[in-house]
Amino acid sequence: MCNCGDTLIPQIGVITDICTETPDVKTFRVEAIGGGKLFEHMPGQCAILSMPGKGEAIFSITSSPTNQKYMEFSIKRCGSITDLLHFDVEVGQQIAVRGPYGNHFPVEDKLQGKDVLFIAGGIGLAPMRSVINYMLDKRDDYGSIDIVYGARSKEDFVRYDELTNVWPSQKDTHVHLTIDRPQEGWDGNVGFVPNFLKDLKFTPDKTVLLCGPPIMIKLCLAALIEMGFTKTQVYTTLELKMKCGVGKCGRCNIGKKYVCKDGPVFTCDQIDEMPNEY
Amino acid sequence: MLKLALAKLPELCALMQKEAELLVPAKNKAGKVDYKAYAEGVEICLNEKTSRSAKDAFFPQVENLLKFKSEGKNLSLEQILPPDHATILFGVKACDARSFKLLDKVFLSNPVDSYYKARRENCLIIGLGCAEPEETCFCATFGIDATNPEADINTWVVGEELYWAPVSEKGKALTEKLSAIFVEADDKAVKEQGEATKNILSMLPLANFKIADKISAKELVTFNSKVWGDLSATCLSCCTCTYVCPTCHCYDIRDYKTDDNTTERFRCWDSCMASDFTKMAHGNPRKTKLERFRQRYMHKLVYFPENNGEYACVGCGRCLEKCPANLNIVKVAKALEVSDDV
Amino acid sequence: MQKINELMQAKAQELLAKGEIKKVLAWKAGEFFYDNAPAAFESEASCSEIIYNEFCPANLSKYLMASSKAGVKTAVFLKPCDTYGVNQLIKDNRVNREMVYAVGTPCSGMVDAKKIKAAGYKTLLKVEVNGDKIIVTTPKGQVELAKKDFLYNKCLMCKGNDYMICDEELAEKLPVPEFTGDRFAEVKAIEAMSSAEKFAFWQEELSKCIRCNACRDICPACNCEQCIFDNPEAPVAGKAYADSVEEQMFHIIRAFHVAGRCVGCGECARVCPQGVKLGLLNMKFMKDINSFFGKFQAGADAETRAPQVTFKEEDPEPNAAVEGGNSNA
Repeated sequence: MCNCGDTLIPQIGVITDICTETPDVKTFRVEAIGGGKLFEHMPGQCAILSMPGKGEAIFSITSSPTNQKYMEFSIKRCGSITDLLHFDVEVGQQIAVRGPYGNHFPVEDKLQGKDVLFIAGGIGLAPMRSVINYMLDKRDDYGSIDIVYGARSKEDFVRYDELTNVWPSQKDTHVHLTIDRPQEGWDGNVGFVPNFLKDLKFTPDKTVLLCGPPIMIKLCLAALIEMGFTKTQVYTTLELKMKCGVGKCGRCNIGKKYVCKDGPVFTCDQIDEMPNEY
Repeated sequence: MLKLALAKLPELCALMQKEAELLVPAKNKAGKVDYKAYAEGVEICLNEKTSRSAKDAFFPQVENLLKFKSEGKNLSLEQILPPDHATILFGVKACDARSFKLLDKVFLSNPVDSYYKARRENCLIIGLGCAEPEETCFCATFGIDATNPEADINTWVVGEELYWAPVSEKGKALTEKLSAIFVEADDKAVKEQGEATKNILSMLPLANFKIADKISAKELVTFNSKVWGDLSATCLSCCTCTYVCPTCHCYDIRDYKTDDNTTERFRCWDSCMASDFTKMAHGNPRKTKLERFRQRYMHKLVYFPENNGEYACVGCGRCLEKCPANLNIVKVAKALEVSDDV
Repeated sequence: MQKINELMQAKAQELLAKGEIKKVLAWKAGEFFYDNAPAAFESEASCSEIIYNEFCPANLSKYLMASSKAGVKTAVFLKPCDTYGVNQLIKDNRVNREMVYAVGTPCSGMVDAKKIKAAGYKTLLKVEVNGDKIIVTTPKGQVELAKKDFLYNKCLMCKGNDYMICDEELAEKLPVPEFTGDRFAEVKAIEAMSSAEKFAFWQEELSKCIRCNACRDICPACNCEQCIFDNPEAPVAGKAYADSVEEQMFHIIRAFHVAGRCVGCGECARVCPQGVKLGLLNMKFMKDINSFFGKFQAGADAETRAPQVTFKEEDPEPNAAVEGGNSNA
C-alpha cells in the first residue's frame, strides 16, 4: 500500500461484499486490507475508485461515517467504469480508492435539531443513505425525519428491507415510497416524486435534502417553492465529470466553484448564482 | 551587477550543469525555440520567446504518477515519485516568470500538488530581461516589468555581453559558486537597454490594452452575453491556445496498459476546449463549442480573478501568434468591453 | 487588392440582400496588420468589416460543414487553393452542394508574417504589401522586402489560379506565384534515407507535437463528426503521451486516414504551433498514389472517387507497395 501523501495517489482496499440491489445497482463494500476503513469521511463526501487500465470515477460514499467497519458505494451501471465494476469485480478483489473529497451535508451544525425531509429519486438515494444512517445513529440530535423516495418500479428501490423495516421502526422516522407506474403487488403510492410531495402536504418548516436526476431536482424544487419552502432551505448535490477531486484539473469548474472541492453539496440558492452548466 | 562575454556562455552553462540539471531555450530543427536540457553543442537562443511556455518545467505535458500491478485478485501500486534533483531554468522572460506565481495559486493551494511542488522548489529560475518585445506582447497590462523578470537571478544580453544580477538567496548562493567566471560591472548598459525596451513597449499596438473591470464585475452577466456566439463561431475547437498558454492548467489523468497486468497512470495536459472534457456517461454539461469556448475565457477573465484576485493571463502573446483562427484573449476582452449586454 | 476587397464587401452585401443566402464566410481584421481572421457575416451592415488582402491565408471551407448541417445557405469566398477542400467535403458528404455559393477569389500568394519575424523583424508595428514589395515598419524604422521571399510555404507550391468549384468569380484572376520545382523533392530526400535515419527524422519531428489537434481541426479531409481520438472510451486518447512512439502514431494514422482525400492545401503545416512538417506525410501518400494509380488530385472535382476506393483491372498488384516507397512518380 502506498503511504506517500499525494492526493492523486490512491490506497489499496479490498471488496468484502457485493450486494445486487436492483437490476442496475450494486452496492460494493470496501475495507482496508486487514479490516477497517481506508479513511474517515462525512456524509455527502465522495471517493474516487480506480479500475486500473480503464481509469477512475468519483462516487458518493453511501455508508454512514458512524459505520466503523467499512465503506459502501451504491453504484448504478451507466458507463465504462461502472460496467467493469458490475461485471468484472468479485468479492475478495483488491481495489484502489482515494478520498474523501468535497464538502458534506451540514450534519454537525445547520441540520442539528431540525426536522429533515429527504427527497430522493433512483440512485439519488446513495448520498442520502449516508446522512440518514448518520442521523439515525445520532437520533437525538435531529428532529423528525421524513424520507420520500421514488423509483421506476418496486424492484428499483435500493435497500428495500432497510426502507420498509429498519428505518420506519426508528423514532419519529417516516418513509414514503412511490413508483412511476402501477405494478402488481404494489399497494403504495404510484406517481412521480414532485406530485407525491404535494400530496404529502409537508409544512415548509423542514430542511430539505434533495438528490436525484436533474429533471427530478428541478420539478421537486418547483413543487417545494409552491409549498412555501425557500431555496436556502434546500440542499442538493451536483454531479459532474471529475478527475483530480481537489479543484485543480478544471473539469467540474462552474463559475468560481469547483464542484469536487467546493461541493458537491450546495443549497439551491447557491446553485442559482452559478452559471447553468450542471 | 556582474557580467561575462556571451562567447563564454557555453562555459557558464557547463559550470551550472555541475550544480543542477540545466534547461535552456534552444532552437530545434524547425527553427522554433523551446526549453531543452543543456548539453554540449545545444544551440542556446536567448533572443526569442520560446514557442511553448515555460510551464513544462513544473507542469510537464505528461508525467507518470504510478504503476499498478494486478495478480489474480491482488492489486499493488507503486508511486512514481516526483523528481527530487535540482534544476536551473535559464532565460525565463518576465511574462513566463509571472505565470509561475499564478500556477502556484492552483498547484500549491491545499491540497498541495506534490509533483508540481517538488519541481518548483528544486528549481532556480534565471530570468532574462526583454530587449525586443513583439507586437503581440502585452505583459504591461498585468503590471509586469518586461525588463525585470521575477526570478532568482536576472540576466540581460547587451551587445556581446551577458549581465547577471542575483536577486534571491538561492540566486546569490549559485552566483557565489560561479563567481570566478564573472567580472564586476556597472548597470549603465542594462539601464540603457531597459529604457530602450520601455520605449518600444510604448509603441506596441497593445501598449494601452486594459481588461475592462466590468467584465469580471458580474459573473452571470458576462456569462450570458450574446458576444460568445459570435466570438466562438470560427473557433476550431483545437487546443492550441490552451497548450501554449503559460497559465492554462487543466489536466487529465489517464491509464495506459503496458501489458495485461500492468497499468501506468499518467497525468497530461488537457483543455476545457476539448469536446470530451466534461463528458459523462449520462450527458455533457458543455455540449457546444460556444459553451467550451466561453468556459476558457470566463475562467481567465472572471472565475480565476474571483478566486485569486488576478487575471489568468500574463500577456505573453502566444495565443495571438498561434491560434489558427486568429482568436485570442485580447479579441475576447475587447468584444466584451464594447458589448452593450456586459 | 484594395479593389478586390471593395468588390468582396459589395458582393457579400448583394448576396445577403437577395435573401436566399443567409451567411457569408470571409475574413475580418484582427489586432494587427497581418492577423485577419475567418469570420461569418450575416447582416448587410456588417459586410463593411470584410477584409481581403495578402494576409488572409485561412481556408474557410471547413466552416461550411456546420452551416451545411444547419441548413443555412452560405456564400464563401474561396481562393483557388481553397476550392479543393470544398470539393472534398462535398465528395465526403459533409457539405451539401446546394447549401454552398462559391465565390472564386483571386489570389497572388499570401504573406507569412512569421517569416518576416523570423528574418529578424521581430516587432511588426505595420506591414503593408505594395505590388511585389512588402513594407515593414518596426521600432527601428521601415524596410522594403520582396514579397516572394515571405510567402507561406503552401503558396510556394501553388497549384495555379483555377477554381475547382465556383459559382461566380469575384474579379479577374491574378497571376499566382510561379512554381517550377518538384513538389515531392523533400519526400524523395526522406525516401533516400536509411530506415534508421527515417525513424530518427520522424521521431524528432513528431516529438515536437503538443497534441493540440489544430492540424486535424483545420483539415478539410479530417471531417469525421467525431474523431476516434476524441473518444474517452477509446484506448487511444487525443492527448499527450509524449514519450511513447505509439502516441506519436497519431500523425501517421491521420495521414493514412486522409490518403486519397488530402487535397494538399497545406493548412495543417500552417496552423501547427510547433512547426511540425505535417504536410510531408501526406505528400508521401500523394506521391505513392500517383505512382501506383496514375496522377490523382483530391478535390479537383466533387465526384471522382479516390483510387484506393475504386477497383480497376489495371491497378497494381499489392506487392507493388513493397517497391512503392522508392519509386519515382
